[in-house]
Amino acid sequence: MSAFLDAMGRVPPLLAQHLVLAFSALLLGIVISLPLAIVSARRPGVARFALGFASLIQTIPTLALLALFYPLLLSLSALVGGGIPALGFLPSLLALTLYGLLPILRNAVTGLLGIDPAVSEAADGVGMTAWQKLRLVEAPLVAPVVMAGIRTAAVWTIGAATLSTTVGQASLGDMIFAGLQTQNWALVLAGCFSAAALALAVDALLGLVEHGIARRRRGAVWGALVVLVIGAGVALAPMWSSGETRVVIGAKGFSEQYILARVIGHRLEAAGYRVAYREGLGSGIALGALSGGDIDVYVDYTGTIWADTMKRTDVPPRAAIFAGVRDWAATTRGVTVLGGLGFENAYAFAMRGDDAARRGVKTIADLVPIASKLRLATDIEFLDRPEWAAVKRAYGLEFGSAHPYQPTFMYRALESGAADVIPAFSSDGRIAADKLAVLGDPKGAIPGYDAILLLSPKHAKDARFQAVLKPLIGRISVGAMREANYLVDRDADKKSPEQAARWLEKKVGL
Amino acid sequence: MEMPFPRESGGPEPQAPSPVAMDPRFRGGTWGLTERGGYRTNSAMPASRVSGPSVAFDRVSKRYPGGAVAVDDISVEIAGGSFVALVGASGSGKSTLLKMVNRLIEPSTGGIRIGDADVTAGDAHLLRRRIGYVFQNIGLFPHLSVAENIAIGLRLTGRTDRVGRVAELLDLVDLPRDFAGRMPDALSGGQRQRVGVARALALEPGLMLMDEPFGALDPVTRDQLGTAIRALHDRLGLTTIMVTHDMAEALILADRVLVMAGGRIVADATPQALLSGAGGAEADALVAVPREQARRLREIGGGA
Repeated sequence: MSAFLDAMGRVPPLLAQHLVLAFSALLLGIVISLPLAIVSARRPGVARFALGFASLIQTIPTLALLALFYPLLLSLSALVGGGIPALGFLPSLLALTLYGLLPILRNAVTGLLGIDPAVSEAADGVGMTAWQKLRLVEAPLVAPVVMAGIRTAAVWTIGAATLSTTVGQASLGDMIFAGLQTQNWALVLAGCFSAAALALAVDALLGLVEHGIARRRRGAVWGALVVLVIGAGVALAPMWSSGETRVVIGAKGFSEQYILARVIGHRLEAAGYRVAYREGLGSGIALGALSGGDIDVYVDYTGTIWADTMKRTDVPPRAAIFAGVRDWAATTRGVTVLGGLGFENAYAFAMRGDDAARRGVKTIADLVPIASKLRLATDIEFLDRPEWAAVKRAYGLEFGSAHPYQPTFMYRALESGAADVIPAFSSDGRIAADKLAVLGDPKGAIPGYDAILLLSPKHAKDARFQAVLKPLIGRISVGAMREANYLVDRDADKKSPEQAARWLEKKVGL
Repeated sequence: MEMPFPRESGGPEPQAPSPVAMDPRFRGGTWGLTERGGYRTNSAMPASRVSGPSVAFDRVSKRYPGGAVAVDDISVEIAGGSFVALVGASGSGKSTLLKMVNRLIEPSTGGIRIGDADVTAGDAHLLRRRIGYVFQNIGLFPHLSVAENIAIGLRLTGRTDRVGRVAELLDLVDLPRDFAGRMPDALSGGQRQRVGVARALALEPGLMLMDEPFGALDPVTRDQLGTAIRALHDRLGLTTIMVTHDMAEALILADRVLVMAGGRIVADATPQALLSGAGGAEADALVAVPREQARRLREIGGGA
């Protein structure tokens, strides 16, 4: 229970961000859908198009919709000569706005088309202009139905806003994603609880507004709206107090990233910086967020940038990859690679130790003849990654089946026997803890994955900032990292990333 | 029944509207609206006022895409102050003809004048505020009270003296004044149509258009309301055009009956002339129905 209460302590600032995002998206959605509904009710062609488009949006998973705005805004920004942020608030706002269009639009159109033709004829007959008819007759008659649509949209938007974490917008999703990754269920619960409570509260208040309109009780309508505004004001309070600039530390969505972000944060705080964390960033998005200045510093891996961002398919030695990434980042993104942290987090094929021994498998090459009888479990992205393509190309490896999992559950799948082989992460504490056998890569198909510290263009010549972080370079061994990761990932006596970071600092003498 | 109008359509109007009472456009246009807040009270209304405007159709047709012809080249003049019934079967074009007067339907060809003014001379919504419109489905605004329904025209034109005017109008249509606060769904069908009539009369129009105004009412209510409408017509000096498919109703209420079939006027006569067989074959067929009913009723009464 105390863990839950601790987790709830993280809610206020995230709730404020969450509310701003969801409300902005809802308002924008209303502003777009109501005029569109009025036009649609008068022109069936427009109605077909608008409702079809809004329905189509609904069929796109929210996560994909959010992710789609990144390349879209990026190319738009390039087109107009920069200046449009492709990460954070803007893509989240646009995606959630589109997502909330359908219920408002559909209800408004249905309501307008459902108005008794006699009432419409009477409105014309007494000499109303189109605007008077809308204001005096149509709007009051469809208001309850539209309000019901707005309620639905509000609940959807507040729920879906948790996913904006993945494109770098702070929300209550930060807690859910971080908690899910580190298996900190109190954190997940606190995030879900807060998001649900927010949605229910907003739904209840909008429900009062809806019933007030339907029963023509102006008092109820205004009362509920006032409570809504006051509530929003209180929830937004944490945003007003943080006027000064902070250093934003980015982290992708797994334990090692959360721990290293805290280690970086502790050093900066000790040096007098105010820090904020932007956690759970999508792997492909973090570098963009850094070069765009949305985050100031984060840890990435040379192989990831080499293969994903630079689209290189050749696999030179580790040092060459490191140099290539460093020079590329500096020249094309203005991003400074301060140096390697001292360990690698590469993909490494692993099997249960006893199983590998029984089958006599020591390297990837040994897998080839028996692979068709084995089941592969991977993380969500691996099957689409160039490393997998490179491994298949180098070894001609074809597994009997291959299923992607959330990383934590990938290990569970192997442990439980639901899978036989996984692409583990070499710095992962679970390799030792679960007694996994890591398979060799005799053909050198998998590139090096040195953990490197990257700084945003703003800090390229910031000597004070760099001096604070310089001691981290070359300091963290793979053994220390594995142990720190395991503190967070293990099932019993789990530590928070914060605690693991403190442990790691002590271990490596920082 | 007094019959002040000749049956010939297109003939000289025997009761040319008085130039004093008529606005340059037509009565009801600015009359009653020029003096803001200057509504005459009921008691101040003359028992028989100068007549409402004349209405002239000049070669009016309404054709729909696909070739259907609802109204086929109709020319007819309706004298100011007369009560004219448009009678015909469903699809004869009578409602279409009526709705072209207040531009709920625009004619394909031809023109319509109210008084001296062409209906297309100004904005449609301004035209409609000068014309009372009552129709079968009534169309009371369900979210507005009886008073707000009646006063809607006053609201549109920015009048402020609505409460007193609503009370007058409720009196005029024989509804208790405390009905003002009720919602439409708390009224009977007949009461609703009385509210509809009051709403149509709120801006003191000279011309009333009625499209099957009693179509959805029970026979007793129908008869009461018909009598009330005719009384209002006489008292307020309106020009009234009423669409109905009920020949008996038309014969009893109207000064002049236009029988329509296939988008054309096939008979144009006073009720007396129609009853004496002067309307032609189509009209005779319609007149025969109430006549036969009356005969049978007399027989039953005589036999009892």
